[in-house]
Amino acid sequence: MSAHTLLNIDGRLVRVKTGSSVAAALRVAGGTGVARISVGGQPRAPFCGMGVCQECRVLVDGRRRLACQTVCTEGMRVETSE
Amino acid sequence: MSSVVPERCDVLVVGAGPAGMAAAVAAARSGASVVVIDDNPAPGGQIWRDGPGAKLPPAARKWRDALERHANIRVRSGTRVVAAPSPGELLLEDAEGAVRMRWSKLILCTGARELLLPFPGWTLPGVTGAGGLQALIKAGLPVEGERIVVAGSGPLLLAAAATARSAGAKVLRIAEQASFASVARFGAGLARWPGKAAQAVALADSCYRTSSHVVSAGGAGQVESVRLRQGNGKEVEIACDRIACGFGLVPNTQLGRMLGCALASDGFSARGLQVDARQATSVPGIYAAGECTGFGGSERALAQGSIAGHAAVGDERAAAAHEGERARWDAFAAQLHRGFALHAGIRVLPRPDTLVCRCEDVPFSVLQDCSGWTDAKLHRRCGMGACQGRVCGDAAQFLFGWTPPVPRPPLSPVRIATLAGLGEVVGGADARQ
Amino acid sequence: MDADVIVIGAGIVGAACAHALADAGAKVLVLDAGIGGATGAGMGHLVVMDDNPAELALSRHSIAQWRELAPRMNEDCAYSACGTLWIAANDEEMAEAERKLQRLRADGIDSRLLDAKQLAAAEPALRKGLAGALEVPGDGILYAPNAARWLLAQHAASIRVEQAKVDAIEEDGTLRLADGSRRAAPCVVLANGIQATALCPELPIRPKKGHLLITDRYPGTVHHQLVELGYVTSAHHSEGDSVAFNVQPRPTGQLLIGSSRQFDTTDAAVEAPMLARMLQRALDYLPGLANLNALRSWTGMRAASPDGLPLLGKHPWRERLWLAVGHEGLGVTTAPGSAHLLAALMTGATPGFDAAPYAPRGLREAA
Repeated sequence: MSAHTLLNIDGRLVRVKTGSSVAAALRVAGGTGVARISVGGQPRAPFCGMGVCQECRVLVDGRRRLACQTVCTEGMRVETSE
Repeated sequence: MSSVVPERCDVLVVGAGPAGMAAAVAAARSGASVVVIDDNPAPGGQIWRDGPGAKLPPAARKWRDALERHANIRVRSGTRVVAAPSPGELLLEDAEGAVRMRWSKLILCTGARELLLPFPGWTLPGVTGAGGLQALIKAGLPVEGERIVVAGSGPLLLAAAATARSAGAKVLRIAEQASFASVARFGAGLARWPGKAAQAVALADSCYRTSSHVVSAGGAGQVESVRLRQGNGKEVEIACDRIACGFGLVPNTQLGRMLGCALASDGFSARGLQVDARQATSVPGIYAAGECTGFGGSERALAQGSIAGHAAVGDERAAAAHEGERARWDAFAAQLHRGFALHAGIRVLPRPDTLVCRCEDVPFSVLQDCSGWTDAKLHRRCGMGACQGRVCGDAAQFLFGWTPPVPRPPLSPVRIATLAGLGEVVGGADARQ
Repeated sequence: MDADVIVIGAGIVGAACAHALADAGAKVLVLDAGIGGATGAGMGHLVVMDDNPAELALSRHSIAQWRELAPRMNEDCAYSACGTLWIAANDEEMAEAERKLQRLRADGIDSRLLDAKQLAAAEPALRKGLAGALEVPGDGILYAPNAARWLLAQHAASIRVEQAKVDAIEEDGTLRLADGSRRAAPCVVLANGIQATALCPELPIRPKKGHLLITDRYPGTVHHQLVELGYVTSAHHSEGDSVAFNVQPRPTGQLLIGSSRQFDTTDAAVEAPMLARMLQRALDYLPGLANLNALRSWTGMRAASPDGLPLLGKHPWRERLWLAVGHEGLGVTTAPGSAHLLAALMTGATPGFDAAPYAPRGLREAA
């Protein structure tokens, strides 16, 4: 297995250590690691890290999933914000 | 539309942390078919979470190897429990599909989540739980060169700080709300427990401050600073990139409660699942072990898990063999709880406009006008979002004393296709083992 | 006397009655047991129903009242004039859509037919191959728990709400509460849904259990309340368990999915096979729902009368007692209209439409 994985986040190619979560990849992609926009229009990033708070909801290959519990795979397509 | 696949096993273990792994290995020794499900990508729970940023201790590797060695243990990672559509059956979902799993014995090892309390600015990117930051770093979050303030309460703050430092971050402060006296008592008592002496040394960290708590997080669009209240009553503002703040652990009892298991009512196991000497819950056929019975640490979880696994397959002798170990760590757990009790002062953390329900943006002032959880939910949307009231429910319980109702299915957000697939039993009794 | 009128039940019907009576100058005491009923469980769909002239008269009058109230209601009442699309899956249902169109138009209710292409443009998420739809733009949706609260708050000076369970209605109309105390008024209105039969066993009210499910936020997926035309036949004519396609776009962007009907069970638990049946029906029309996440499922108990019309009027033999019960799945739609009728009957005013069809009927004679 390669030491790094390449995935697509909001149209940008991102390179992460293999085995990284999508939550980690959001941060590697640059910026503040924002996953979604809140009801009130504010940026939200992963918060609880363990699949409880639902702040890290993103689209992974078209399905809404939690970034903190999803491991990056080669060629994965991630879209942030609702 | 994919249908829900029926499967069955003798012993179903929910949770692959220390308790779940010990339970599975214990049960497997009898030859029973064991399935372990866990919502994380790999076994280990929180304390032994794997990932590019994790350093697994030998114990973690030993238990994971044990899981793999047993041909009659099947591990389903990335899997959540959604519902209990009929007695002796759980509906499970993962990224690919769904399974209705029939079980003869059920062992709940659902662990604990962090108590995350609201304070002004807590929704800014860069604010996480303390255990939350540790989990994110283990899963590959880069924090090299970042300035981090750890706050809240409990020994988890030290573990989180250690993980952050190992990953190249600068921990500027560890703000513990408990008093020096409480923590010192706890630290002095640590020498009794093998392996915990190191923790006592960690408490002497130069950044560690007691009687100290977060007042607010500041920044435009992300964390830029944190305001802390110190023991001397003064406040200090520290420029930083992250705030990792958690106030201890809350047992994950949702699945147990939905299945009808009673909660423990006494002492420090308050709000954990009630279990007897064999880790049996109040519902026949269902056992529970680990942090979901009350916070006690990984050593106790292993002991409880072993007892539960042996008891579930009827091996009384093997179960009894772990009683001494469990008793030792029960005493440690009691000490832990005394040391880090949350003091009333942090109930005044939120300001009127501080959001309490993060999913639906419901502020503190709105909840202050509500008569209880049902009122807050039905009329103000608190708890109607994706976290299904977990974060705000914990906060509301702490701030107002509101008890949350018994959880209803689905226990977590679930694809409609999965729920729609429960119409007919596909193939009847000929389920795969 | 504790008030001019006591209303039992602070759900949408009780609240509307209290509001209408306060409008007419009465001092009202509302007693609510705090156990929650259909108001907190239902869809809040404001829908003109035309199964029969009496239903049509009540629902259209009532929706017009909601439309008048809407501009004054709080944002959290979530009134939205999204309209209803009655979906025709085949030519037979399209013929029913045309008949419905004629009936509504004859009553002056704006409606139009959409062919298959127009339907696909209006609701791209619907599956291909549907025949078309009847659009009723005047229909809407409302968040009933907050609307009920709002109605009560409009007359804060003359409406008092007390959390109390009424254990019995005594012979002279006095109410005995669970704590042993009593309340009395010259008039009492019974408006507490399926709980009404606990106080008046003679009422011909049966519980009809319904399942609902709501998704996470997916704004823009659906734009109107979508109901299958087969809903009409299954809702009112079958005795067994039934499901029908019924999906509502919440202002939050969530999708609220119904509907199901089961008779005579009061077990509030969600039944997985029933929920599955309901969702399978929904997937028939909106296949894209399959990959959307559900957040909550729950049930509610509709109070059903034998002919599907509510009982509005004086109790035939009990002292001082008036009835506003049996609204089944149209409680929110017909609350203001029911309240208008009942208040008129109680005060001797002339109601805006004929009250005769809803006069209390079918009560079982006292033993």
